[in-house]
Amino acid sequence: MSTDNNIQSPASLPTKEGRSGATLFDKIWDAHVVSSKEGFPDVLYIDTHFIHEVTSPQAFDGLRQRGLPVYRPKQTVATADHNVPTWDQHLPIKEELSRYQVDMLTKNCAEFGIELYGLGHEYQGIVHVIGPELGITRPGCTYVCGDSHTSTHGAFGAIAFGIGTSQVEQVLATQCLLQQRPKRMKIEVNGQLQKGVGAKDIILYIISQISAAGGTGYFVEYAGDTIRSLSMEGRMTICNMSIEMGARGGLIAPDETTFEYVKGREFAPKGEEWDKALAYWKTLYSDEDAQFDSVLSFNAEDIEPMITYGTNPGMGIGVTQHVPATESFEQKEQGSYAKALTYMGLHDDESLLGKPIDYVFIGSCTNSRIEDLRQVADFIKGKHKADNVTVWVVPGSKQVQKQAIEEGLDKIFEAAGFPLREPGCSACLGMNEDKIPAGKYCVSTSNRNFEGRQGPNSRTFLASPLTAAAAAITGRVTDIRELLQEEELVG
Amino acid sequence: MATKIFKHLQTPVVPLPIENIDTDQIIPARFLKATTREGFGNNLFRDWRFDNENQPKQDFVLNNPTYAGKILVAGKNFGCGSSREHAAWAIADYGFDVVVSSFFADIFKGNALNNGLLPIQVSDDFLKKIFDAVYTDPNTQVEVDLENQLIKIANTGEQESFEINPYKKACLLNGYDDIDYILSNREQVEEYEGHKPL
Ligand code: SF4
Repeated sequence: MSTDNNIQSPASLPTKEGRSGATLFDKIWDAHVVSSKEGFPDVLYIDTHFIHEVTSPQAFDGLRQRGLPVYRPKQTVATADHNVPTWDQHLPIKEELSRYQVDMLTKNCAEFGIELYGLGHEYQGIVHVIGPELGITRPGCTYVCGDSHTSTHGAFGAIAFGIGTSQVEQVLATQCLLQQRPKRMKIEVNGQLQKGVGAKDIILYIISQISAAGGTGYFVEYAGDTIRSLSMEGRMTICNMSIEMGARGGLIAPDETTFEYVKGREFAPKGEEWDKALAYWKTLYSDEDAQFDSVLSFNAEDIEPMITYGTNPGMGIGVTQHVPATESFEQKEQGSYAKALTYMGLHDDESLLGKPIDYVFIGSCTNSRIEDLRQVADFIKGKHKADNVTVWVVPGSKQVQKQAIEEGLDKIFEAAGFPLREPGCSACLGMNEDKIPAGKYCVSTSNRNFEGRQGPNSRTFLASPLTAAAAAITGRVTDIRELLQEEELVG
Repeated sequence: MATKIFKHLQTPVVPLPIENIDTDQIIPARFLKATTREGFGNNLFRDWRFDNENQPKQDFVLNNPTYAGKILVAGKNFGCGSSREHAAWAIADYGFDVVVSSFFADIFKGNALNNGLLPIQVSDDFLKKIFDAVYTDPNTQVEVDLENQLIKIANTGEQESFEINPYKKACLLNGYDDIDYILSNREQVEEYEGHKPL
């Protein structure tokens, strides 16, 4: 990673204080347009490209076939995460195809001069966890990765989105991407959250309200005092799941919380560079009169701890609500809906509260950062998991794992029957051996509940880390608010 | 690598009237371990197509000899989920040249176009007409004319025009791709790097 930035004012700075009518998204986009031609997509400059083992090998192959080098290898960062074991990582990967894929990444990075935080490296981890924690992710920049949850990095006030492998090849070859400017949506959340309700519940709630396709074609800016009050970890959880409403990505204007988080991190600008960067970052907000193509608002008070019951992330309800009846859907949607309920082994009007579950997965780029682990540890301290439940806690990165151990969280997890594993994507997508068996229910802090996502015929209930921890302790789908209240009464 | 040239096509279609078909259904994650682009067609819709013993499920449309052709017609919001391009590769590798739906997820649409697979978005009405036609007569042919951006049900003559980005259309008609285009802008890229904001 290079940190020597050549900082100048972009062309689109507001002319008068807050009055140019530009959205945050447009300011960053305009500052990255290399060329723009009528009828053609913009050529957009990419500041940093993250790559991993699964979506890159075919791109490197493409480069070889074209006889091209990587154009700006210092602006590419690689890690192995999707397909790595989360136990005994120091041993060679047992599964042959997985090992080969991870070896290919090592070989490709060496051949093309790319920095690799591979297995065993102190910076290894889920690509969307390591970028922020190493200070690689910063306001005002553009990030892409062959992974849809690249939207996570938008939490810093950056443009970040997932791309396909042909585009990975494109960015490797040119450091640019051909892109059509998406439409802009603003989602505001205002008000005070209930106790036990957090960032994950906010985003699951929004998606349940606008559906898994409600953001398609848009780039979303999250705003409002509830969003402002969130930590960087919470903001990352929100932006992470933008893609689950179909949006290209999501972003949040940077503020003191952002600057505090970035400051002092390994690759963050230092000294004079920092001052210059900070001055620029402070210009990054949507002007008061900015025009959005769509604006939605939600009240924080309306949000309960959320849980999904179906097979897309839009199929979510407050934990005390009942699964909707098939009849409540339009005729043409009823077939798909009934299919989802059958897959999940649920029926119309069923209440999920009290439903026995089999697995709890705390991990993924949505909820595996240190704050998530601290929150879970704080809640489970002195408790033990239910006998019918297997619990996996998978830290997002080596750094998170190290920090958790330094803070003694591993001991708390251990005592509660929650073994702390090693970093990787794990049961989020079930590519490695961490799979939920067929027919079993898993309360998962990840971002997708698609059929078979966590293993063939696995059944996923998406929820927050607190709701997942509560389910692990009781062995059932539980309203975390009740447990917290009991504790207050007792304690 | 230039993509393949696409101009015109007329074939029977394969109906898959399910909404929100996500990329995990199109190609489950456990098949993403390959390091080349070939061979994904064998695992297209793997868990719908085969049971746990790897036997074909008779009730799934790809296992039904009544339906064949180079056009896949699917329910709304096709290709949602992950950015894995493997989904587009699997569909193309299986032998489809066109996917028709009343709505596509963004990333899937881009990935498809980058691989010479044409996603055609039609109205809900027209989608229903195609399903009705093919369920009435499985040999129903659908014609796609990219130059004129028209899709037509050959048997009934009903047609609809579709949108496509003019740049992407030119790429498909001529078989060139994005990298060729950006490389032709190299000077501007270098100039940009000289004065980028951050
Ligand atoms: S944790 Fe899951 S969603 Fe995140 S990058 Fe890994 S596979 Fe993708």
